[in-house]
Amino acid sequence: MRTGLYEKLVRAGATRRDILKGAASMAAIAAASGAGLGALTRPASAASELRTKILQIPGVGKGQPTDADFQKVGELCLEATKANVKEGEFAGVELTFMGLNNQNLHNVLFRGFLKPWETYTGAKINWIDLAQADYNARLQQSIATGTVDFDIIEMGAPFEGDVCGKGLTSEMPDWVKEQIDMKDVVAYLQPPVGTWNGKQYRVTVDGDAHNFNYRTDVFADADLAKAWKDGGGEGEWGVPKTWQQVQAVTKFLKGKKLKDQDVFGYLDAPKPWGGFGFYFLGSRASAYAKHPDDKAWLFDADTMKPRVNNPAWVRAIQDVIDALPSEPADQINADPNTTAFQQFLAGTGSMVTWWGDVGSNVKTNDSSVVGDVTGFSILPGSDDVYNSKTGAWDKLASGPNYAPNCAYLGWGVYVMARVDADEKKKKAAWSAAAHLGGKDLSIWTAMYPSGFQPYRNSHFDIPEWVAAGYDEAFITSYLKSESDSYNHPNAAIEPRIPGIFQYYSAAEDILANTFAGKMKAQEGADAIAAAWEKLTDQIGRDNQIKLYKASLGM
Amino acid sequence: MSVATLGLLSMIALEILYKGSADTIGFETWRPVVYAYVLWGVALGIGQVLTRGEDGQRALFLLPALLFTIAMVIFPTLFGFYIALTDWNLSSFSGRRFNGLDNFWQMLGDPYYRNALFNMVLYVLAVAVEYVIAFGLALLLNAQIRARKFFRVVFLMPLMLSPVAVSWMIGKSLMEYRFGPAATLARHLGWENPAFFSDPITARIAIMVLDAWTFIPFMMIMLLAGLQAMSREVLEAARVDGANAWQTFWQVTFPLMLPVSVTAVILRIIFKLKLADIIITVTSGGPGGATDSVSSFIYREYRDRSNVGYGTMLAMAYLVIIVVFVTWLLKFANRFVRNVN
Repeated sequence: MRTGLYEKLVRAGATRRDILKGAASMAAIAAASGAGLGALTRPASAASELRTKILQIPGVGKGQPTDADFQKVGELCLEATKANVKEGEFAGVELTFMGLNNQNLHNVLFRGFLKPWETYTGAKINWIDLAQADYNARLQQSIATGTVDFDIIEMGAPFEGDVCGKGLTSEMPDWVKEQIDMKDVVAYLQPPVGTWNGKQYRVTVDGDAHNFNYRTDVFADADLAKAWKDGGGEGEWGVPKTWQQVQAVTKFLKGKKLKDQDVFGYLDAPKPWGGFGFYFLGSRASAYAKHPDDKAWLFDADTMKPRVNNPAWVRAIQDVIDALPSEPADQINADPNTTAFQQFLAGTGSMVTWWGDVGSNVKTNDSSVVGDVTGFSILPGSDDVYNSKTGAWDKLASGPNYAPNCAYLGWGVYVMARVDADEKKKKAAWSAAAHLGGKDLSIWTAMYPSGFQPYRNSHFDIPEWVAAGYDEAFITSYLKSESDSYNHPNAAIEPRIPGIFQYYSAAEDILANTFAGKMKAQEGADAIAAAWEKLTDQIGRDNQIKLYKASLGM
Repeated sequence: MSVATLGLLSMIALEILYKGSADTIGFETWRPVVYAYVLWGVALGIGQVLTRGEDGQRALFLLPALLFTIAMVIFPTLFGFYIALTDWNLSSFSGRRFNGLDNFWQMLGDPYYRNALFNMVLYVLAVAVEYVIAFGLALLLNAQIRARKFFRVVFLMPLMLSPVAVSWMIGKSLMEYRFGPAATLARHLGWENPAFFSDPITARIAIMVLDAWTFIPFMMIMLLAGLQAMSREVLEAARVDGANAWQTFWQVTFPLMLPVSVTAVILRIIFKLKLADIIITVTSGGPGGATDSVSSFIYREYRDRSNVGYGTMLAMAYLVIIVVFVTWLLKFANRFVRNVN
């Protein structure tokens, strides 16, 4: 490891042990992909003039970008499109694009990015905007009733079973693969993600994994450190590395103050959120349930028997039940949107798991008050891990078990098969998708609030972020947490099986009752398992087994 | 007309066979059948005029509405009952499958549905409190107070707002635990942790208050109209007979207002039975199902879990419960009004 990088990591709060571990994983990553964290050391000169220019729009710390900014960025990133499409080539073509409008992001940005594309190509795009919680229902109904009324869709990999598996998407042409430089996409988002039966369908625009966001000021506070020691807290006061420590710290922080403000520990998200809330229990459970010797963690891969009621998941559920009384008084009514954007960014709570959006928002979101006091790591580990095959809790010789939750596998842009009959329309749809998945445009979406996180090896060039205005220690910590999650050898991978959000949604309802004290943890977990068994039979067990195995690379 | 009827029936039979893969001739969508239905309707109208003369011409005034009702109300309801008898998960590769009364038996044992029905009973009971407040406001606005017109408009404003907007403005902003003005006020008044939606009882009451705030003006305006239509002479006669304000209200105003009150309460109960949007937006039915309504539960079952067959069974069962309950309520109310008068 270069000494300069070593010093940067130390400044970011990493211990020597962490750095050694990081170095070991870097070596493994570099060997596996030839890229990974190795890209962290690339010189700033790698950043092109164009990238430097777009990253100053509007400039980190200069307020949230506006539609004018999106259009400017879209305009500047049109060169790749111009290489494949003549001016006015798609005159008369009309496309319909369905996507999200969460937090005024996603489609809101896409509109701006594609405006100059529309002007150049002559195509016109009509928009269908959906709230996250409405997304699954709208998509499933379109599929089941044969009323796919959109040509392009922004979609997560978990839905590939529902959509690509039913032949509803258009296969990606080779020129698109070239234009978006697919090889630059990080290893865990490479095929089979984005493919079905060996065919490539997805233009990746996002990388997703849950990371751990914490308040550096809380864990560096001398008074809290003294109180921790006086109260008999185990070890030194510092950022928790395991869920056992998260629990202890959360209980300790109840009633404590920092700068006259109430300081809370971990923020759980117990309120249902259209199925997406289940990921947050998954992040608490992955270190307990994802054994390094077993790729599966949600179901038994050979039978689809749910594991959600095994001792590992039950422990995670119990953890939430135990932690909630120490969290803010209304936490039972908090969904993930609340925990990240209304609580953590606003200064409530000292630990939260989320997709990388917290990191990309703390510095650039106008409502954030924790921009200078946020640190990042991969999800906490566990002192022991449940072995589903032996039914025993194992203590690993290497120390705590870490299993980052690669939840959702990022958003992608997919073109629907209904455009295939019209070559001009097909090319237009793919050109629009390729524009949104462009390499240069992607660095901008990674750096500014967009709903999208880094997903390319080229996004991990720290000097490029620093040149754009990011604090070096901050961004090193953030990117390391992302990269270490994506590339972790024991990552818990999202199953790309049909109806996965039905499983999550059914679980959310039961969990809401469990967290409210209507059921014991085991009772709730058993009820979820029973509901999942029923769902698997309803959707088709044999097919689910086949697809679950495929999604785990088995 | 016979030709049109034959054509329509042939189209329906052909499409059913095609969709059931029993033949290879048919249409990709049911749209041609809709066109055939429209043509049949036109032929039916012409047939009525040609065969029944003036009576047929009179029938033309009713026929379009009747055909529209069949197409838009009766057919979807019957089709809904059929869907309720199927196992239809939108993600299932095998599609829709008839499963008899399985969904019905599942519904009987579903604790979440029972919980939602129980909550509905509480929500409906809250209408009594709403009625009292609405009546009070109506009396106030009917009295000779200053700025009466201004208050009438102000009191009506909540009814003009979308319940979703109310949910955000009040449930998620004013009542927000940390910064919401209502929570801040509650803290000043001594409530240490004013979390309106964390405890089952307070959450239920908070939802009732939000819903009441939106719909009390509806009852109030009906009652106010009733009060204004009341004969002044009756009230003056009561006063001449020496009745005080309390006696006038209980022995004159209230009995005379009963028919209007019953109408207002029944309409309000019908609205209440559909309560969903505020719950979906503010609590998602929580904490632990304490605020769940039948509609919000069905919404999750149908929307989030794409469980169309079971979701439809829940909706159809609820429809039957509502029809039976409202019918009983109307009979009870009629009897009550008759007895009082």
